Amino acid sequence: MGSHVFTHLDALESESIHIMREVAAECKNPALLFSGGKDSIVMLRLAEKAFRPAKFSFPLVHIDTEHNFPEVIACRDKLAKDLGERLIVRSLEDSIKRGSIVIKDPDLPRNPFQSVTLLETIAEFGFDACMGGARRDEEKARAKERIFSFRDEFGQWDPKNQRPELWDTYNTRVHNGENIRVFPISNWTEMDIWEYIGREKLHIPEIYYAHKRAVIRRGNSVIPVSHLVQPKPAEKVETLSVRFRTVGDMTCTAPVESTAHTVEEIIAETATTRITERGATRMDDQTSEASMELRKKEGYF
Amino acid sequence: MSNAIQLLRFITAGSVDDGKSTLIGRLLHDSKSIFEDQLSAIAKTSTRRGMEAVDLSLLTDGLQAEREQGITIDVAYRYFATPKRKFIIGDTPGHEQYTRNMVTAASTANLAVILIDARRGVLTQTRRHTFIASLVRVPHIVLAVNKMDMVGYSQATFDAICAEYRAFAAQLGLHDVTCIPLSALVGDMVVDRGDNLNWYQGSPLLEHLENIVIDYDVNTTDFRYPVQWVCRPQTQEHHDFRGYMGRIESGEIRAGDAVTVLPSGRTSRVKEIATYDGNLQQAYAPQSIAITLVDEIDISRGDMLVKAESMPNVAKEFEAMLCWLSESPLDTNRKYILKHTTRVVKCLFSRIESRMDVNTLARHSTTTLNMNDIAHVAMKVQQPLVFDSYARNRSTGSFIVIDEATNNTVAAGMII
Repeated sequence: MGSHVFTHLDALESESIHIMREVAAECKNPALLFSGGKDSIVMLRLAEKAFRPAKFSFPLVHIDTEHNFPEVIACRDKLAKDLGERLIVRSLEDSIKRGSIVIKDPDLPRNPFQSVTLLETIAEFGFDACMGGARRDEEKARAKERIFSFRDEFGQWDPKNQRPELWDTYNTRVHNGENIRVFPISNWTEMDIWEYIGREKLHIPEIYYAHKRAVIRRGNSVIPVSHLVQPKPAEKVETLSVRFRTVGDMTCTAPVESTAHTVEEIIAETATTRITERGATRMDDQTSEASMELRKKEGYF
Repeated sequence: MSNAIQLLRFITAGSVDDGKSTLIGRLLHDSKSIFEDQLSAIAKTSTRRGMEAVDLSLLTDGLQAEREQGITIDVAYRYFATPKRKFIIGDTPGHEQYTRNMVTAASTANLAVILIDARRGVLTQTRRHTFIASLVRVPHIVLAVNKMDMVGYSQATFDAICAEYRAFAAQLGLHDVTCIPLSALVGDMVVDRGDNLNWYQGSPLLEHLENIVIDYDVNTTDFRYPVQWVCRPQTQEHHDFRGYMGRIESGEIRAGDAVTVLPSGRTSRVKEIATYDGNLQQAYAPQSIAITLVDEIDISRGDMLVKAESMPNVAKEFEAMLCWLSESPLDTNRKYILKHTTRVVKCLFSRIESRMDVNTLARHSTTTLNMNDIAHVAMKVQQPLVFDSYARNRSTGSFIVIDEATNNTVAAGMII
């Protein structure tokens, strides 16, 4: 082996590149889901490693809830532009206008409805494969999902009827109208993502680093005040030093108290944290023991 | 942060009764890989079920679909890390679909932990798990003799079980076997040594997992490079760039090395080993790279670059051990799709030599294969495959079989 040391990050990176190349080679019309969040920024770097010096043979696609943090959207647009890659954005608002999504209150969390717009976008462009940045360590439903996850015509995941996945030999075949979701970073953990961001010096939205932010406390969560979330009469607005571990729908993504201003400091905090990523930050995943499982069965990625 | 942290993938084989879930829970808990919110969730469930202590086995509890229907979904992957290594556990339930599930999980594993209840010793299922581990060629085996607390931590009991097991494993050609006495429930010899097994001189399980040498689990001698994707940017800057992208499945390559393209047999030399981070002088398995050649020759996805001094087989007929994975039985009258490295071809099953009883290792003749069956078969493919025996090379010796009608993966094959 000589002096070469193949680290866990090298192993994970090579596996992800291999998966992306399989998608490009075997799927007719793939897409890469890209939100501007840290996992999808890692995905973008992996795609560069997989396909440069050529352009990607697939577009970037974002399903915009319009509840996103402006810093994340800005980062999404800048990265796509800098790389010179095609970005397709489809908004939940379009589905609401069409009537395919009916919501009671436009300010309530919108994650449950993302699946509808995603499926409409898949149909609009005829995508047969969508690569996403989900990880198995995030959640127990994800822990049981394949890297190549087959979905039927309704985009549904059937956990009891998954294709066996052996070695690194992936079955990418689908019939017309069906598609697969592909998760090239399935085997990465939150820590791996941060170590990779540090190693690759990736630019990520500022809100991942500690900053002062006006928040209110609801139950065990700290919620950022925004145009969508205003304090109720009895609630007190505090300004805390916080950072986001995940960035999703502003109405249900909670920051954690932190003073970590650099990737190294975030890695140190991640090494000692006692709360899972989603447990700390995603209020919509805590509503029931099976929230994610149910959403995935409806076509969520 | 040290930069030399390696990744080790392992599976655990055993039934609930052997304390498999408790062992995984103990590994995660004592290595401080369980988060507070996960612990409080299982603490709540433990209390609700009337248990006094937190039941660590609940950490591997499944999905709503599983709880409702009393079934267990095949493979769940779990992640934990110590300062020395990162670990991926392929956790498979030990029920009726076990052969299929274990073959699946074992296919990517460096190591298998085979669990035994110290009170019951080597059982039929132990032999089955060990046979599957040998079939799929998991490089390292750990026999975890659990529930030592239930046999008074008896060294004699442990020694007898180990001797019987080692004799059986040797028959299957397994030599890298480590036996560890432990109690997952109490926590002895899992992460910490505990106070009850002082006669045992070896490492606790986690220390063993952290230190076992895995550098030679991949074949380091035969260069095998299946072409995944041909990169032709055709831009002004990269006008002449023609990179053959792929992952080195085994062996190594240097700039300037002579290579042979199979199945065509044409030869050339490596001009550059290109990566996003710059050109390399040499590259090793399992790196993903791009190779450019000195000569312009016709190469496409499914071809393989190799070196002349270690040539693989190129053939349209071969024999394999097959694990049938599908609920629909094998129909030898039908053509199936076979995917081997980056090559997809049609295939036929010309003969089923024998079906193997995974409990007794006896061979029986048969005309079809059902789910979980393991068989020795003879196969024919429409275009030649470039392959090695699975024993020599896990990557170029393995394939999957797909049913064209349903697109399901119906079998896993290992070339003899």
